[in-house]
Amino acid sequence: MMNIPASIPDIQDQLAADFEFLDDWEERYAYLMDLGKDVRGLSQEEKTLDNLIKGCQSRVWLTTRLENNRLWMYADSDTFIARGIIALLIRVFNGQTPADILSEPFDLPERIGLTAHLSPGRANGLAGMLARIRYDAAVALGDRKN
Amino acid sequence: MSSNWSAKTGSEGLTRPDWDAIRLEFPALHQSVNGCPLAYFDHAATSQKPRRVINAMTHYYQSDNANVHRGVHNLSQRATTVYEAARTKTARFLGAADSSEIIFTSGTTASINLVAQSWGNAHLKPGDEVLVTGLEHHANLVPWQMACTRTGARLKIVPVNERGEVSTEAVSEMLTSGTRMFAFCWISNALGTINPAQEWVEMARKRGITTLIDAAQVVAHKPINLQEIGCDFLCFSAHKMMGPTGTGVLYGIKSVLETLDPVFGGGDMIDEVSYERSTWADLPYRLEAGTPNISGVIGLSAAIDFLESIGWASILERESELLSYALEKLRNIPRIRFIGEPKLRSGVISFIADGVHPYDLGTLLDEQGIALRTGHHCAQPLMRHFGISGTCRVSLALYNNHEEIDRLDLAIRSALRLITNVDK
Repeated sequence: MMNIPASIPDIQDQLAADFEFLDDWEERYAYLMDLGKDVRGLSQEEKTLDNLIKGCQSRVWLTTRLENNRLWMYADSDTFIARGIIALLIRVFNGQTPADILSEPFDLPERIGLTAHLSPGRANGLAGMLARIRYDAAVALGDRKN
Repeated sequence: MSSNWSAKTGSEGLTRPDWDAIRLEFPALHQSVNGCPLAYFDHAATSQKPRRVINAMTHYYQSDNANVHRGVHNLSQRATTVYEAARTKTARFLGAADSSEIIFTSGTTASINLVAQSWGNAHLKPGDEVLVTGLEHHANLVPWQMACTRTGARLKIVPVNERGEVSTEAVSEMLTSGTRMFAFCWISNALGTINPAQEWVEMARKRGITTLIDAAQVVAHKPINLQEIGCDFLCFSAHKMMGPTGTGVLYGIKSVLETLDPVFGGGDMIDEVSYERSTWADLPYRLEAGTPNISGVIGLSAAIDFLESIGWASILERESELLSYALEKLRNIPRIRFIGEPKLRSGVISFIADGVHPYDLGTLLDEQGIALRTGHHCAQPLMRHFGISGTCRVSLALYNNHEEIDRLDLAIRSALRLITNVDK
């Protein structure tokens, strides 16, 4: 049984505070890429076209599993930076209820200045990852048929 | 065109253009990106524009703007005069026999598609072969795939060797009695390989095969003399030669262009129109339906003036010096591996760093104000040939300088250091 995480706003506050300590681009990227190490990775069989996020320049795969009304996320990517970005999302949303995932705002990228540094391509990728997590949450709630 | 660049005299007594003054002509180069001065190494995607080009286009919109070829009023006549003068200038720039051999299009892609559709429909039939090389940009591959699907012709690809070159022997073997068209890039956008265009055209012509050259990567870097090259078609874009986007050229030998039916019908391309039938105007108008990109063509004309004001001898010398310097710097960075090591190379260097995704490296370089291209460079089959999904590509132009290349070197080193620390 996985541990139940803190709330979505609390986790974002914590991460934003962590990023505030970092004052240059090198440290921020080092930290982001370091977060990416938490991402467990997926097997070759799990890297399906279905699990591939649309909109990413680099390849990102994401799959979710619902357990006791909480959504757990598994992901992989072929680049360190995309892996870091998906790690941020997983930190915030992993183990949350589908209802919270759909209702809580996600403003962490703006708060840590990530949005300003993302190329339009990467920003699309981030939007694609978030959309996928929320879609899976909506499916879990029964709002959408899979 | 007389030179307006205050020349500097080198130690050996030769006069050279003042490259710092030339660089100042490009407003977009002088800005900060992510807190660092911009170093622009993405010329092969699109070049920056000198003031002369920007001013010419602004002047046209502010003073001469009118539609061409269809008005008796003074503005329309002025617009027509500058538009047609640009055609004459482009013809001279390329060494074309006649200005009616210059068709203005929206770019290289449109030029190739026009030929693939119009020439393809008229000349290709089941069993015929269209030959391209493994170095092509998708723009000189996909239109031919489409033409072959339509007509039943077969598309054949001359293979690329490990150095990123296409051998003339391989071309010769594949130019068969069934080949109708040989379409190839003069310079590879992804690797910088310079192909022996003249030799290949000569081989094809001797066998009665029509030739098309994708010269998109040539126009800002090498002079073109169509009388020497002898190709049937040649295509390029203004925006890769310091001109504006949305403007390009299709050159065709007049007798060959005359066999082409228009792909687009509309204004400006007709002789007589009735409800029953229409007849076509003469070349070049027949292939330029609708209001053309007048300001773009004026920008192209100014870009030609700009390049000629510096002179090809100076441009060639400058770019080869920058290329040697960049090759030496990048070659000495640990983990960097060049993709393609052609003996004849234009100012393009494609490379990967072992174990590092090009997007990661490109992003960390952007953070340091370095603009280069990452990805497959619209040449996915070529990337597959090298067993990779993409590269980082540095492309140079006359406005780059040694200091920028030094910064590139240091920026790659710090990006790799950062990634290596994370990767532990």
